[in-house]
Amino acid sequence: MTGAHDQPLLSVRDLSVRFGLKGQRQVAAVDEVSLDIWPGQHVALVGESGSGKSVTSLAVMGLLPDRGVEVGGEVLYRGEDLLTKSPKEMAGLRGSEIAMVFQDPMTSLNPVITVGVQLTEVLLRHLQVSKAEARERAVELLGRVGIPDPARRLREYPHQLSGGMRQRVLIAIALACEPKLLIADEPTTALDVTIQAQVLEVLKDLVADTDAALLMITHDLGVVAGLCDDVNVMYSGRIVESTNRNRLFANPRHPYTGGLLASIPRLDSPRGAPLTPIPGSPTQTLPWTSACAFAPRCGNRVEACTERAPALEATGDRDLRCFNPLADADLTGAAR
Amino acid sequence: MLRFALRRLALMVPVLVGLSILLFAWVRALPGDPARALLGQRATPEGIARVNEVYGFNEPIVQQYLKYVQALLGGDFGRSIKTGQPVLDSFVEKFPGTVELGVTALLLAVVIGVPMGYYAARHQGRFLDTFIVSGSLLGVVTPVFFLAILLKLVFANWLDLLPTSLRQDPRIDATHITNFYVLDGLLTREYDAAWDALVHLVLPSVALATIPLAIIVRITRAAVAEVLNEDYVRTAESKGLAGHVVSRRHVLRNALLPVVTTIGLQAGLLLSGAVLTETVFAWNGIGKFLFEAIGQRDYPVLQGYILFIAIIYALINLVVDMAYGVIDPRVRVS
Repeated sequence: MTGAHDQPLLSVRDLSVRFGLKGQRQVAAVDEVSLDIWPGQHVALVGESGSGKSVTSLAVMGLLPDRGVEVGGEVLYRGEDLLTKSPKEMAGLRGSEIAMVFQDPMTSLNPVITVGVQLTEVLLRHLQVSKAEARERAVELLGRVGIPDPARRLREYPHQLSGGMRQRVLIAIALACEPKLLIADEPTTALDVTIQAQVLEVLKDLVADTDAALLMITHDLGVVAGLCDDVNVMYSGRIVESTNRNRLFANPRHPYTGGLLASIPRLDSPRGAPLTPIPGSPTQTLPWTSACAFAPRCGNRVEACTERAPALEATGDRDLRCFNPLADADLTGAAR
Repeated sequence: MLRFALRRLALMVPVLVGLSILLFAWVRALPGDPARALLGQRATPEGIARVNEVYGFNEPIVQQYLKYVQALLGGDFGRSIKTGQPVLDSFVEKFPGTVELGVTALLLAVVIGVPMGYYAARHQGRFLDTFIVSGSLLGVVTPVFFLAILLKLVFANWLDLLPTSLRQDPRIDATHITNFYVLDGLLTREYDAAWDALVHLVLPSVALATIPLAIIVRITRAAVAEVLNEDYVRTAESKGLAGHVVSRRHVLRNALLPVVTTIGLQAGLLLSGAVLTETVFAWNGIGKFLFEAIGQRDYPVLQGYILFIAIIYALINLVVDMAYGVIDPRVRVS
């Protein structure tokens, strides 16, 4: 895959995002996050709510609020640092080179203008097309995301569409200008389970058709399994394990990853068998600066975990941030 | 839309009937009576009885009401007890003055207030936002009569830039067709008269605009601040759209509903007469006239004017409701 390209499409280096207005104590939502996405590659960013996944994606898009936020590190897109670009330059890239599908289709479309306007405006902004051509393309796009009678739907308003259809529209909008990189921020969480699979299928097909790279942000490892090449697991703002999908599923080393996999309900487990949750809640963390944030919930905790911060280290087949990772023997019980 | 408008117009009929009954009772419940107001302190009982006889005030109230309604249906709103002028004529003569002043004030308030509120919301917490918000608070709490007198003092008396009162300099022998003086000047090509009327509008409309302006600024700021947090604004920004497209198509369109409601309410208030402003600037409009009519217990004038005002209020409300449908498809009526 990397043969034709000598650099990653997107390379996030040591990204940190701190919130807090002047005079207040700053909170690091994201810290030391590095990840690479090669052209056409599908990469997952996995973690619980509040782990910093969405903030990472908004930082890449340049959509963080401009006040009360401090962004550090580098976000290299084709070698150029997006964090140093002017708002105007970023607006030129957004929608055309890098696009995003958001979490909640019910609130992500403007309720007072037609679907058609919302779809064609991105085409008219970035491509040299006439209004009539944009309309034609919009009809074609809606057809491709599986919306029946697209010409009629273009004249309708978002409230006349179901949640699944709205997410299809948002996918069509994001992929309208054939971006090189698509960021999908939990695109299926707000949908019914049956619709989830359909929308995911549409997303998968379109990403494949347009050859876009995909950064899939999710807490659903099932989505990861069907879609992504590489997986980054985040906990409390930092990446704790990063590796190839197959290796991760077969052999999770970080106790948090192991816990996530163990908590997935399985079809072959006996009826009525209890699920295996990760104990505690994501609010029970220690600051990364002096300890491992996951230590309070971790079954593999050793003394070092609460005394100093583990670093993300390359350990042969993966990057891992853990003093006492799961051994091969542990995972057979935990995640098999 | 048309059916909706017609249905709403039909609904106005029972409202107006009810209002006319209430009004009829209310003006008569005012202490004092027109005969005494007309004849003054040294009125003789015989004089009062005669006046009451002439105007029919000695008849049973129900009978008076029925007579009044009968005349109304024939288009007769009665005559002023004080001046003898038909109520309808005086209204047609004075209402344009109020409309001219009210519309100018409202235009000022909207044209300045909406962008200011938008700007403040976009720059929350910064210096200009704080300045605009405290300025609008000052605007709300400043009594109109105080501001009006201050404006007159500074711009008319000290600087001698603008006229102190009236709608037009009486020395200009202007022709009046519609009683909208600026419009009249343009229609008759008496441009000096139009200009003079416009100059006369400046101080009163500024004085009258302050409160609506302050309210519109605050409502716009609050509405825009709320919309800015909406997911669809983030979607619009993720498309890389130009700033003015995001602000107009995605932010303002959605923030407009509460603003339009406020504008409608303010329009109703302004058109029902700005008593204080009209009094301070000796403006020949319905506010001042209505105020005088209350003092005179001029029953026909009070009843007629308040009915007109009610109709105007209802019509403005109808326009506002129709505007909702244009702005937001979700409230569109089938």
